[in-house]
Amino acid sequence: MLKYSLRRLASAIPTLFLLITVAFFLIRIAPGGPFDGERALPAEIEANLAAKYHLDEPLVFQYARYLWQIARLDFGPSFHYRDWSVNELILQGAPVSFTLGILALAIALIAGVLIGAWAALRQNRPGDYAVMSFAMIGISIPNFVMAPLLILLFAITLGWLPAGGWDYSPTRMILPVVTLALPMIAYIARITRGSMIEVLHSSYIRTVRAKGMPEKEVILRHALKPALLPVISYLGPAAAAIMTGSVVVERIFTIPGIGTYFVQGALNRDYTLVMGVVILYGMLIILFNFLVDLLYAWLDPRIRYDDGEAEA
Amino acid sequence: MKRVPVVVVLAALLAACGAPEPDDDAPRSPRLPVPVEVAFDDEGRPVPDVLAEEQVLYRGNGEEPQTLDPHLAEGVPTANILRDLFEGLATTAPDGRIVPGAAIHWDVSRDGLTYTFYLDPDAHWSNGEPVTAHDFVWSWRRVVDPETGAGYGRMLAPVVNAQQIFSGELSPDELGVSALSDTTFQVRLEDPTPYFLGLLTHPTTYPVYRAALEEHGSAHVRPGNLVSNGAYRLTDWQVRSRIELEMNPYFRDAGNVIIERVVFYPFEDENTEFNRFRAGDLHWTYQVPSGQFSWLKQNMDEALKISPWFGTYFFSFNLTREPFEDNLPLRQALNLAIDREIITERVTRFGEMPTFNLVPPGLPDYQPPAPEYADWTQSEREEEARRLYRQAGYSESQPLTVELRYNTSENHRKIAIAIAAMWRQVLGVQTRLINEEFRVFLQNRAQRRVTQAFRAGWIGDYMDAFTFLELYHSGHGRNDAGYNNPRFDRLLDRIASERIPARRRNLMVEAERMLLEDQVVLPVFIYMTRRLVDPRLQGWEENIMDYHLTRYMYLVKSQDEEDVQGGENEE
Repeated sequence: MLKYSLRRLASAIPTLFLLITVAFFLIRIAPGGPFDGERALPAEIEANLAAKYHLDEPLVFQYARYLWQIARLDFGPSFHYRDWSVNELILQGAPVSFTLGILALAIALIAGVLIGAWAALRQNRPGDYAVMSFAMIGISIPNFVMAPLLILLFAITLGWLPAGGWDYSPTRMILPVVTLALPMIAYIARITRGSMIEVLHSSYIRTVRAKGMPEKEVILRHALKPALLPVISYLGPAAAAIMTGSVVVERIFTIPGIGTYFVQGALNRDYTLVMGVVILYGMLIILFNFLVDLLYAWLDPRIRYDDGEAEA
Repeated sequence: MKRVPVVVVLAALLAACGAPEPDDDAPRSPRLPVPVEVAFDDEGRPVPDVLAEEQVLYRGNGEEPQTLDPHLAEGVPTANILRDLFEGLATTAPDGRIVPGAAIHWDVSRDGLTYTFYLDPDAHWSNGEPVTAHDFVWSWRRVVDPETGAGYGRMLAPVVNAQQIFSGELSPDELGVSALSDTTFQVRLEDPTPYFLGLLTHPTTYPVYRAALEEHGSAHVRPGNLVSNGAYRLTDWQVRSRIELEMNPYFRDAGNVIIERVVFYPFEDENTEFNRFRAGDLHWTYQVPSGQFSWLKQNMDEALKISPWFGTYFFSFNLTREPFEDNLPLRQALNLAIDREIITERVTRFGEMPTFNLVPPGLPDYQPPAPEYADWTQSEREEEARRLYRQAGYSESQPLTVELRYNTSENHRKIAIAIAAMWRQVLGVQTRLINEEFRVFLQNRAQRRVTQAFRAGWIGDYMDAFTFLELYHSGHGRNDAGYNNPRFDRLLDRIASERIPARRRNLMVEAERMLLEDQVVLPVFIYMTRRLVDPRLQGWEENIMDYHLTRYMYLVKSQDEEDVQGGENEE
């Protein structure tokens, strides 16, 4: 397992390198620069700013300089939020996004799996239909519709919860977490139901049932675990996405996470900030995909990475 | 055992997904607090009895500031915060009038070229140190130093040698400013600049605290590091979450400041801000959702504040390319074919004022010259538009095909559609609408290679018509029309050096008339500032610059609170 992990980590480096390279040049192709605004800057001042941020150098030099910088884990100064470095902005925003993301993920996972499994056991019965149509609605209502609805109901009409803002207090988290979790619950429920039904029809389940094992144990010990495999593979990228924040949810609830930086950073041509969040996202995706693979091995005894290699 | 959580989760889900409102009373209309009647003492201050217990102002404030360094700052939201944190030599009264700030009074030499400012001996930094003339000398040199990269450095362009310092020909020490004593600051100007005092309310001319900047570098604006000389000081800054200020006890007029803390919230979305206001989280919004006018008028009229702003929404033409190059009648035809009232009444719908001028009304000493067609009926204008259109060489069988560019925004889109429809209806023009992301749009406009007709808009930087007129100097960086008229340039130069106010005013009228006659711009309406204000927040007034300093404001009790207290007293 250790050997496998090391190999995966080593293969992550070229992936990240490719990501950085593509992102670096792509953002600079976009017309306009970080210091362009409605008020045109005097040419000399623009030249000075460009020199200060090394934007006057050939692109290849800038690229080399940037690689050297990030090798030292320094993402540089933000071009737009000029009092802050990208590291500081990410360090302020990431914990917010991580908190929201992990909570939403946990709720979605628990609720989704329970609902999915429950529906699978009632396949093609009214309960199943009810829950699955509900899930379908959950998937199809986009969060920019769900969020204002929740605010209107719980914050403005009932006045139970705050309409937005952020201070790590549980009441402020409820609405954004629910908004983030709802579509995921629906997804996970559908995936769980599908794979659970498949597993329940497989021959080894028939075998354990034939051996007279109590139904509860059949489901919990033998059916649920393998049925979770597709859920786990969905969770890898989903976790990375949700933990890097959601533009929509951050906007609607005024949450200072890092999701907005993807869009706002690009619109502001804040090259360093965009690069910072892209790299973070890339690293999270790689990390979670790796974790997913490890979980796979744990859930499915047929998957054992190092043994296989030893034989090969 | 297993079923219980499922049911619970389902119930929670159902609740979360918007189950119908429980048997509450009739659908609640948003209820705004009703303020008590305010009484004032002899000095014009509200009497303590009417003031709310908690003097904390929650202010929605547009986008997150790029920086709180006054010399590098740009944008209205940032300026709103900086006006509370810092104070220039002059400042503004609630109605926008220029009044003494850090300088208690000033003299202007007879030739209008030398200003001597006498600093208020009570003016202090937020750490208790006095604000001196040396602080201003050092700060202004920093502004013009090209190394600083001050985006609004041009505000100090009227000062002797500023231009040469920008371009690196002279060192910042050569700037025409000096400290005659610790409290006397003198400025020498290249030309008499009647709006010079107005510039002193702009953040670029504020002093910054040298020791903090030298110690902390670019981190000098962080909470704990920032030393400011305004009515408030910075206590907290969570990026994209909140900026919090508290009363500065060393402020020269601290005794008259009532609001103890101000919290500025950044908003990226107007609907979000609106929801927060409805939920009672804000006293003051930066804007209001554009589509909601009638609802707001009906339900929140006491809170809805709309007033003219010092800005114009207009379209312009690329004069360096087909089809608008050397085709005055065509530009005139397109201008006359637009029914501005339909746009303001049916599209923008927030009481915007239709206009035919570039410079907005409301300046104390400038009356924008109305072109003759301003008095015509719309059908007369359209008649003339058709005549000019034919004169320009177009007809129904040979219609003009034109591209109209705007930056992506729902409002701009609606206005562009309306204009395209009017052009088509009146003249038969085929318009292709092109929307572009803001920076792409700005770049295309500035390059003048692909643009034909395009949206523009301008909010004046200082209270003088010149802030609009100078845009069309052939060398101005934002002259996206490419207007290049030596007569107009000469006129601007004469305005800059004219010493007699009446003559200067006439020259400006002449310049604006020239722009309108050459049909460089197609003005549509005057911008309005629109916001929701909690009726309990008082002490502020509408003004065309839209400057609202927190230090003049105060929160009064609502009648509900009063009733409760009254009841207690009786018992």
